[in-house]
Amino acid sequence: MSTAPVAVQPIPRGMARQVGRRLGDWFPALAVFVLAIALWEGLVRAFDVQQFLLPAPSAIVDTLVEERSLLWSGGVYTFTEAIGGFAIGCVLSILTALALARWRGLGGAVMPFAIAANAVPIIAFAPITDQWFGPLNKTSKMAIAAILVFFPVLVNTLRGLTSVRPSSIELMRSYAAGELTVLRRVRIPSALPYIFSALKVASVLAMIGAVVGEYFVSSQEALGFQIRNAAQLGEFELAWAAIVVASVLGIALYAAVALLERLTMGWHPSARGDI
Amino acid sequence: MSAERAVVSLRGVSKVFEKGGVVALEEIELAIQPGELVSLIGPSGCGKSTLLRVIGDLVQPSAGEARVNGKTAHQARLDRDYGIVFQDAVLYDWRNVGKNISLPLELLGWDRGRRAARVRELLELVELTGFESHHPWQLSGGMQQRVSIARALSFEPPLLLMDEPFGALDEMTRERLNMELLRIWETSGTTIVFVTHSIAEAVFLSTRVAVMSARPGRIAGVVDVDLPQPRTAETREQPRFFELVTAVRDRLRAGEDSAASAEEPSEENLYVAEERL
Repeated sequence: MSTAPVAVQPIPRGMARQVGRRLGDWFPALAVFVLAIALWEGLVRAFDVQQFLLPAPSAIVDTLVEERSLLWSGGVYTFTEAIGGFAIGCVLSILTALALARWRGLGGAVMPFAIAANAVPIIAFAPITDQWFGPLNKTSKMAIAAILVFFPVLVNTLRGLTSVRPSSIELMRSYAAGELTVLRRVRIPSALPYIFSALKVASVLAMIGAVVGEYFVSSQEALGFQIRNAAQLGEFELAWAAIVVASVLGIALYAAVALLERLTMGWHPSARGDI
Repeated sequence: MSAERAVVSLRGVSKVFEKGGVVALEEIELAIQPGELVSLIGPSGCGKSTLLRVIGDLVQPSAGEARVNGKTAHQARLDRDYGIVFQDAVLYDWRNVGKNISLPLELLGWDRGRRAARVRELLELVELTGFESHHPWQLSGGMQQRVSIARALSFEPPLLLMDEPFGALDEMTRERLNMELLRIWETSGTTIVFVTHSIAEAVFLSTRVAVMSARPGRIAGVVDVDLPQPRTAETREQPRFFELVTAVRDRLRAGEDSAASAEEPSEENLYVAEERL
């Protein structure tokens, strides 16, 4: 860990250094990525692996380019479901966490069922939400994504809201602050690091939930449908290309949440950049 | 000394923690007059922190009454009659130094301009001018505690409650902050109740030292500190200083002997346990 550059650093130099450091941080991961792809390509060619077992990266990229309009519309379709489910799931779980933090007794009554619900394999919910909201619309897939997202966000938010140091609360009580003030000024800000790490997990889960939801019955446009259909028809490059699109979109959602975290939590020690 | 004028008046205050039935405080009688700096000293588990919290209406006594400024402790808290400083500075990481100091002023509804002016004054008082927009984690422990003191004084409360504020600091920093606290005490005229487990610190700072014994937590004796004001670095070298240190130590020993020697869960643990219920 380098020593923290304190405020007085002139901006351009500081920024250049920061960009340099970022590149330095990313370099190992980038190198591994390039190496892995090269190895993959090389092995597929050297051993002449059947394309239904593992298509070469170059073949997948070709398909990505050829089928871009199909994949793009599928990606947008599924991404909308994922974002919808993410938003619904996160809002509901954060509201639930706020209620459970306020009325602790409620937690004892509710948490066992939340844990039980979380133990049900998510795929089992898919036929049910199709039944409830209709299989061909986005709502049923959003529901799957929302359910998948709900539990981790609930648990982390609740932990964040309740693991405030007792002296932090005592201080606010010494100012005769009411529950709402304590919530707004202390509990929520100190829960933010927990909430954001939950949201990052949830962002990836939401995309998984949407794709899983689409596996049974869904619009033909959807990415999940495309993956399944292509695999059944033996078009494995297309299936792989759709998987790549799904992952890239999942990562994009993750990155958006991470960016939001940086913007809202500039105060946090971890935002110094040297951790 | 009249009980009516007292800033703090404790009458028959007892506290039994429900969990374990430990008697943390028993029959505490104490009156603290305006402008005094009274230390509560005793072994850990003697209830001194609990007693401070009873004064601050953060812990409810099982029996007896605490009055602050002639009001019930509860009313005094609602009227923001005291500022409090804990052992850890309890600064909020998401606020910079200036905003930590002005937190109580925000809650009191002061406007931005008035808050900014007051923060500047306080930063000067605790010698942290220029650190307003630093974040707490950029400061040393001693600096953090000075921010915490500035915050407690921000709304000029007539009473300052301090719970081992310098207990986690090194000896050098502690002595410097002792001097600073005395300077602040002299300029602000605030009455201070100061919890500590350092005999030297208690004698150096206080006008009176209330010595407590453990299990049950009682006041074993009160030592009047007749060292001349203002206290300086030389105060620590005066023969009278050592006599008083010895007097406090003797009281502590006497309290120790009379207390039950059985090992029991510490007061702090019980306190946390009760808080969670």
